[in-house]
Amino acid sequence: MEETKISMYQLYKDMLTSYLKNKSEHALYHAQQFSKEMMEKDMSPEETVSLHLSVFQELAEDLPEEVVDSFDLLLEVMIGYGLAYREHQSLRDRQRQIESELNVAARMQKSLLPNGEISLDSVDLGVISVPAGKMSGDYYDYSLDEHGNIGVAVADVIGKGVPAAMSMSMIKYAMDTLPEQRLEPGALLESLNRVVERNIDSDMFITMMYGFYHPEEHYFSYASAGHEPGFVYNLEKDSFESLEAKGLVLGVSPKVRYKPDVINLNVGDFIVLLSDGVTECRVDEEFIEREQLVQMIRKYKHLSAQEIVEQIYQDLEKAQEFQLRDDFTLLILRRKV
Amino acid sequence: MQVQTHVDIHSEWGIVAARQAGRKLAREIGFGSVDQARITTAISELARNIYLYANKGQIQIEEVTVSGKRGIKIIAVDEGPGIKDLRRVMEDGFTTSGGLGAGLPGVKRLMDEFDIDSEMNAGTSISAIKWLR
Repeated sequence: MEETKISMYQLYKDMLTSYLKNKSEHALYHAQQFSKEMMEKDMSPEETVSLHLSVFQELAEDLPEEVVDSFDLLLEVMIGYGLAYREHQSLRDRQRQIESELNVAARMQKSLLPNGEISLDSVDLGVISVPAGKMSGDYYDYSLDEHGNIGVAVADVIGKGVPAAMSMSMIKYAMDTLPEQRLEPGALLESLNRVVERNIDSDMFITMMYGFYHPEEHYFSYASAGHEPGFVYNLEKDSFESLEAKGLVLGVSPKVRYKPDVINLNVGDFIVLLSDGVTECRVDEEFIEREQLVQMIRKYKHLSAQEIVEQIYQDLEKAQEFQLRDDFTLLILRRKV
Repeated sequence: MQVQTHVDIHSEWGIVAARQAGRKLAREIGFGSVDQARITTAISELARNIYLYANKGQIQIEEVTVSGKRGIKIIAVDEGPGIKDLRRVMEDGFTTSGGLGAGLPGVKRLMDEFDIDSEMNAGTSISAIKWLR
């Protein structure tokens, strides 16, 4: 430390000498580089002021007393800046630490979602889920039972960030304890509703849509708890219709009934499930209309399900200048044979 | 001879008097101008805390010598309301007076040693030492 102080002194003295002699831009440029070095060496503003004065006193003999005294005032003021500077450094370190904790949590959360493709002869499945921040309040799931039934779910915790993510993991664990209700969308939501109602604050809500596809009877049975309606595409008519079902959001009341609906799927028909982060994308300061979303899906419908969801995400991300305001989840399930 | 000064703090004049006494002793012990300014800033902060939150209290300033090391010790004592959450007031970025970087974490940074005791409805005692290098 003493050694660096001496070498800093010498460096500063050389710089100041050179500047006082020819007032060159070059010396000023040096000073700018020097300031970076000082910060790396943790030199505070008050030390810099003091360094300047002692070098100056050596170079210019017989400095007027007022000049020297005036530095007392400057030094006092700089102490305050020095404190703010050190606080800034410590807050920055803390921010790094919080960020790395969040990264670990985000990785853990990711491991709660299904990964790995389901490749099946009966359906073509695609899903994309992107959090607005590090943690997501969206949840999705797909699963296959021993009879080939494919269950799909999208849930959306109202809110964002860590609290939403914690609620989302609760849905995941509750789903895991209810394998026998995977073929009863209404009963499944009723069970989840009881768990949510008991375990989260009354000012938090979760919306969810769950359904499953029966690969032999070719129907899709689903129920919704106040969730953003999805879409169903009919290949023969080349038309999109809203996929909705009535039902209260999860967590409001302990006893709620959810009535499942059933639709038939022909070859090439597909189901679209989404979170409101998709429809609340803003293009030119306005929410996109569901009709615009339909047009986007239509544009890419010749692609595979995974390619469609990825293309739509890319388009919407770009249209919003890469600023997601809400967690974004889009899932497509298409009957293949 | 160990010099010890007591300054009562019940107005802003007291803060200035405490600063003055601190600077004088710091100079006598042999602290350079940067450290003198740091020590007086620490005294200021402690005295202001007494003035703002406890109304009345005392700043004691003394020279300390421990195994050949010399330094200056500041003790701030008050009989104010006490500090409820010590961990919180020692946190960066937490401040009730809206200052940047100052407050108790600032004092801790300006000095080498820092110790705080507080009891609700009884008062707070803070001591801080800066060693001469």
